[in-house]
Amino acid sequence: MELCDLTATEIASKVHRKETSASEVLESALKRIAAVDGRSGRLDPGAPDPSDPTSIHAFITLTAERARSQARQVDQKLAAGEDLGPLAGVPFTVKDIYCVQGTPSTAASRILANFVAPYTATPVKRMEAAGGVMLGKVNLDEFTYGSSNESSAFQPSTRNPWDTSRVPGGSSGGCAAAVAAGEGALSLGTDTAGSIRQPAAFCGVIGVKPTYGRVSRYGLIAFGSSLDCPGPLARNVTDAALMMNIIAGADPHDSTAARAPSPDYTSRLEESIRGLRVGLSPEYFRITYLDAQTGELHQQPITAEIENAVLRAAGRLAEMGADIVENVPMPHTRYGIPVYFVISRVEAASNLHRYDGVKYGYRTPEKVKDLQELYRKTRAQGFGPQPKLRILMGMYVSAAQYSEQYYRRALQVRTLIRQDFDQAFDRQGKHKLDALLTPTTPTTAFPIGDVYGDSVLMQYADQFTVPANHAGIPGISLPAGFDSSGLPTGIQLLGADFAEETLLRLGRAYEIATAGDAWRKIRPQILENESAHLR
Amino acid sequence: MTETITPELFNHLVQLAALELSPEEAEYLRAELNNQLKAIHDLEAIPLAKDTPVTSHGVPYSPEITPPLRSDEWKADPAGGDIIPQAPESENGYIIVPDIPHVDL
Repeated sequence: MELCDLTATEIASKVHRKETSASEVLESALKRIAAVDGRSGRLDPGAPDPSDPTSIHAFITLTAERARSQARQVDQKLAAGEDLGPLAGVPFTVKDIYCVQGTPSTAASRILANFVAPYTATPVKRMEAAGGVMLGKVNLDEFTYGSSNESSAFQPSTRNPWDTSRVPGGSSGGCAAAVAAGEGALSLGTDTAGSIRQPAAFCGVIGVKPTYGRVSRYGLIAFGSSLDCPGPLARNVTDAALMMNIIAGADPHDSTAARAPSPDYTSRLEESIRGLRVGLSPEYFRITYLDAQTGELHQQPITAEIENAVLRAAGRLAEMGADIVENVPMPHTRYGIPVYFVISRVEAASNLHRYDGVKYGYRTPEKVKDLQELYRKTRAQGFGPQPKLRILMGMYVSAAQYSEQYYRRALQVRTLIRQDFDQAFDRQGKHKLDALLTPTTPTTAFPIGDVYGDSVLMQYADQFTVPANHAGIPGISLPAGFDSSGLPTGIQLLGADFAEETLLRLGRAYEIATAGDAWRKIRPQILENESAHLR
Repeated sequence: MTETITPELFNHLVQLAALELSPEEAEYLRAELNNQLKAIHDLEAIPLAKDTPVTSHGVPYSPEITPPLRSDEWKADPAGGDIIPQAPESENGYIIVPDIPHVDL
């Protein structure tokens, strides 16, 4: 066990007690990165390196010197007896969709590859002000458009630390892999359809999608402005709660950052969950997917392994005192993906119009006759296939003659999805749930190359996570053991608006209930390989 | 099943989107768009009352949690000087672009 394997809570506590220094913790993290990460993702990566298939490739930009300077500042404060923040000396990574002043902020796209952010996103600023040490910017699907990280313009894309032949999930794949491999104790991701929770499930870590508006989006490169949520990835629930304490809350720079009071998420974490009502819904135990060849929709049950993981978790929560409520109807769950295909594309197309080769970022080197041609060539060369798909679909479904049929209808169905949750969480309603317990994903991490290129099938990986984004409600993904291939399975708890505290408490109760389970001792393959190598 | 997005319609969208595509790219993207539309057509199966409201944000922003509007005050951005140099081409604080086509209205 190295310093970098400690939790954020342990690291901050040791730094406060002068049992270690921020600089020592940082060097431990940098050593781990050097050992497992391989080469960072880059444009035009050239010939494959023999180490590529067995490395994580979480990073696009490692800012080691910037981090060393931050760590020294923490240590100087400590020596001077000054107040240290609650993240003192905790190394963390940031999804490269956030602006951090002076760092390349690429969105994993060629069109922003040379963009250096002139300011820092609010959640990052808050983590740094709390004593956190930012290690650098980690990889993602281009502009967050994907569920596997494979669409990044910066290759090699991130691999799963539990099995490097598998995807880490996405789009916050670099975040989840970095946390799982001990490269950084915490990571700041974003979740628009499941982009924190799905990779957290695939990589065996905690991922929290806060309520929409709970965490400021200032400095986040926008995808779906009514759906995007910044949130934490961590190795345990306490660390996720600690990070929520830092990043949540109103922000004068974001008019959608809600003024709802943010509690201390750590203070009641271990209170009894007796009497909390946790629901199970049949709609979250089957998947609906489209056969692109025939255009037919198919329904099938999720795998028995994932179903059993959820049912076992319900049993453990019941042992801790929760009341399990079965057969909660969530009838509009299956429409989450088609609604998302419309709403997210309209918002993406709108947000992507700003990239034009004029103000910042990539500009075509070709000689052009006028501004229109500059736009077309710049965008054609700068965007990969996923942004292009989203722009084209967004323009189509919002065009005047189609918007009633598609866009307006999708916004109405979004209301029905929200109503499913309103009814489930209604204190006067039939079910009176405090949380809904579901699988995070229909499958465990899939092999690299298996789904990429099929944009419809890839999207259906998010069908249990996307309803929370439409509804705006919070969700948390928790590791819940392994499937027969040794890959992590994830369970999800969804709650009412601003009920993060309850979800974290239930998550912590689940951790306590399973603390002695054999699966809790299993470490990612990449770390076992690394230990063997060091021996 | 007939394709909803025909090559002609697709080319129009490409123009509107200020893109230009190779034939191979166009073929892939048009096929994916039509596949996604098949999924979107699933929404037509839902009986919707005419007065079903639209939801533009999931979370209802009650007055208690909605931040007040900022006063409309001009403020210099501290990073202002870093912004113009990010432009691919600039001169004396102005961003340079090629000819802007003029259309008679």
